[in-house]
Amino acid sequence: MNILSLFVAVPVITITGILFTKGLKGARLVSAIGMGIQLLLSVFLVFYYLSVRGAGNLHEMVLMVDYAWFPSLNIHYVVGVDGISVAMIALTSIVIFTGIFASWEMEYLSREFFISLILLATGVFGFFISLDLFTIFLFYELAVIPMYLLIGIWGTGPKEFAAMKLTLMLMGGSALLMVGILGIYYHSAPDGGAYTFNILEIAKIHIPIKAQRFFFPFTFVGFGVLGALFPLHTWSPDGHSSAPTAVSMLHAGVLMKLGAYGCFRIAIFLMPEAASELAWIFIILTSISVVYGAFGAIMQKDLKYINAYSSVSHVGLILFALLMMNKTAFDGAILQMISHGLMTALFFALIGMIYGRTHTRNINEMSGLMKVIPFLGVMYVIAGLASLGLPGFSGFVAEMTIFVGAFQHKDLFYRIASIIVASSIVITAVYILRVIGMFLLGPVRNKEHLQLKDARWFEKLSTTTLVIAIAGIGILPFWLSNTIMNSLQPIIDKLAPFLH
Amino acid sequence: MDSLRYIFLMRHELILVLVALIILITDLFVSPGRKPRLIKFSLFLFTFGMLIGFLPVQPGTLFGGSFQGNALTDFFKDVLNLAVLIVFLQSDGYLKNAENSTKAGEFFVLILLTLTGMDFMISSGDFLTFFIGLETASIPLAGLVAFDRHKSRSAEAGVKLILLSALSSGVLLFGLSLIYGATGSIYFDDIAGHITASPLIIFGFIFFITGMGFKISLVPFHLWTADVYEGAPVNITAYLSVVSKGAAAFILTIILYKVFKNITGLWETSLYVLAVLTMTVGNLFALRQDNIKRFLAFSSIAQAGYILLGIMGTGGLGMSTVVYFVLIYVFTNLGAFGVASAISNASGVETISGYNGLYSTNPKLSLLMMLSLFSLAGIPPVAGFFGKFFLFTSAGNKGYFILILIAVINATIALYYYLSVVKAMFINKNDHPVPYFRSPNTMRLGLIICVLGVVFTGVFGNIFEYIMSLSHPLF
Repeated sequence: MNILSLFVAVPVITITGILFTKGLKGARLVSAIGMGIQLLLSVFLVFYYLSVRGAGNLHEMVLMVDYAWFPSLNIHYVVGVDGISVAMIALTSIVIFTGIFASWEMEYLSREFFISLILLATGVFGFFISLDLFTIFLFYELAVIPMYLLIGIWGTGPKEFAAMKLTLMLMGGSALLMVGILGIYYHSAPDGGAYTFNILEIAKIHIPIKAQRFFFPFTFVGFGVLGALFPLHTWSPDGHSSAPTAVSMLHAGVLMKLGAYGCFRIAIFLMPEAASELAWIFIILTSISVVYGAFGAIMQKDLKYINAYSSVSHVGLILFALLMMNKTAFDGAILQMISHGLMTALFFALIGMIYGRTHTRNINEMSGLMKVIPFLGVMYVIAGLASLGLPGFSGFVAEMTIFVGAFQHKDLFYRIASIIVASSIVITAVYILRVIGMFLLGPVRNKEHLQLKDARWFEKLSTTTLVIAIAGIGILPFWLSNTIMNSLQPIIDKLAPFLH
Repeated sequence: MDSLRYIFLMRHELILVLVALIILITDLFVSPGRKPRLIKFSLFLFTFGMLIGFLPVQPGTLFGGSFQGNALTDFFKDVLNLAVLIVFLQSDGYLKNAENSTKAGEFFVLILLTLTGMDFMISSGDFLTFFIGLETASIPLAGLVAFDRHKSRSAEAGVKLILLSALSSGVLLFGLSLIYGATGSIYFDDIAGHITASPLIIFGFIFFITGMGFKISLVPFHLWTADVYEGAPVNITAYLSVVSKGAAAFILTIILYKVFKNITGLWETSLYVLAVLTMTVGNLFALRQDNIKRFLAFSSIAQAGYILLGIMGTGGLGMSTVVYFVLIYVFTNLGAFGVASAISNASGVETISGYNGLYSTNPKLSLLMMLSLFSLAGIPPVAGFFGKFFLFTSAGNKGYFILILIAVINATIALYYYLSVVKAMFINKNDHPVPYFRSPNTMRLGLIICVLGVVFTGVFGNIFEYIMSLSHPLF
């Protein structure tokens, strides 16, 4: 079997394994083993990919397999990866692996929980390996729907409302996407011949500009909903704050990147002319996302809401960078996907762990926790510093690259937008430092909090893995950056006439 | 030899009539206490007859073109047979109730007779056979709907069905007579060449589509649906919503493609309007239902709207997507109705709020219901996703992207109410959920077939390819 298909097969086998377990202990053990294998697989994939590229393989995608699924409609199961998808797969494996450990003590309906969680991951992995619009769409929807049960059953607060809102908004997005995909499909053979869903094939032809103008907004907004594009971001704060820890991690960490990745790989890559024409509309919207998200985070008192708004802001930045349409900005956008994925996962993991101890997420009701639970406290500070873009962490590399790319535009409109968006860095610093000051530092006012226990082994394992990955990217960015850059080249070549 | 060929071409219909007659006669000699044995006997007999339907036979026509048999019609009849088999398996528990077991023979005979009518309708090559088939299918249905004779709702539903059905048949027949008057023939092949956009033919077409709209329950001809579905026994509702609707959709597609080929633009416009109305009204009304049968009734109205999108694609693609969707719909909807029927038989609960907390007591049934609902909503990887995606692909073939947009927005609205049922079963708490029960083995078998269908019909691409290979040569 092709190694890429294993990324879908291993989760499916894991799910089957969980079916045969009884109770929490068996379920979490099988999940941890399965996702551990998945993590090893993705490490192997990274090295394999580097060695293949090192050996001089310059083909756009490696490890490609093509299997005709519905030949009469030219629907294929096509998988293949380049540097960008390899990086995303590695990110997903890390987040899901740590997510399993973050939900190590999920007592209520534990088997069902782990099954839904891994089903969600299956969709994400499938999405990143697919090169066919049909399978991409299939895996995209597969990644969204388990969310309803995960939030609805195991969530906190107004979970039923949040679950329904999130699912409907995301599925509404995928509804728009479906129109976009069918539109692309039916314009994939302008010179006659068979229509195709294969994005590599479609990239070779030129979709008529009229069709691009009509279908680009559907595709971009369809994916953009998942990337919390203003004004369709409202599912994010409600959803993230109600979701159980591992789900918030996976959702903010990986799923929102699915949206950004789709905007890039499908909307912009396949319809560059329309992207370049209509970019201004979406630049305005994403600029609002970035600034509004950051201001929103300042106003919140609930730790999860703060990070949800912060995610809106950071993912908005990714979309913003993609719309800048030049190589540096693309590079920065993808670095930001990885970087934000890791650090937001760390944030949500920590918040879950702290909430498990204090039973509150309101920062006004906590203080001085650094003294009581130093390990978690330090980890939170690290996550915070990475988030506000301190050099040495991944956030700095990513944001720096994005703004350098954005400033390459000579146009006044782009310049102004870049300046406004860049100002969000300051706002980010405000809300991150304020939160750290309020609930980690100072005296312990709530006497009950003095009894809190610091992190257990599985919590340490989960958070340390994430911190190592964040610091790794911060210290050795070129390693990742080069992988991405090489893969960006064919995309840049295709987009060349429309780049700025 | 020739007569043997006749027999083989009409094997589906002849076997159904034969099976129905055998059951009818056997029923006379079975004492009331031993009716359960009759149920088993009928099941075996029907299964055996169904297997004969699978024999491959050369395509051909009979009676000067009135009856047409080809691989596609045979395949579709097999699909309907399978659906009826599932319905029979699922009705086992219902028929074993003391009150119903005396009527078990009639139950089988009536269903088999309507099925015969539908098979004739599917194979029809002229409007007369078509109409006779349609009527044969409609009249016994009224008896089935009123099967719970001591429940006034059931009787009311039966009367409603027979009256409205007669009215719609009248309208349909009027349309057919106008078309006959304009073209001078009742044979599909002869008419096709004479169809023009003359006022008389357009008039006839409108009456025709109105009559068919009633059978498939398109909005605004849908008003009977919810009441009848609610009043009828669950298994009959399942039958109505799957077999009856599927057969009507199939023949509508054939007639539109074959007979009204010359006015394709015209009928596509009218289907466009009907599709938008059907999807939207069906979905909006489904939002507020609490009775599971009414809920599924409105959901099935909305699903009929999606089928219209497939029809509008025309050609082999349109035909295949419709047949494929109906095949998936058989498993999906019968899965949902099967669960509803199991619960209704065991505890009498027929409301969605009554399903609260079902997962804690009956996890397998809840999972099955969830799978079926996800399939209805078109969520991957279950079959409904593929069915719906292909219907929309078919509409895209003709460039109806705005219509697809309306359809997918509707699908999102629909997701809300499908998820509400999932929510009731999995999330809502209930102090007195439906207690655990074990369904009879036949019911379980029926449900297992549905699960297998829902899980595998989509993922295995060969099934769609097979249907495609059947329908492509025809159009």
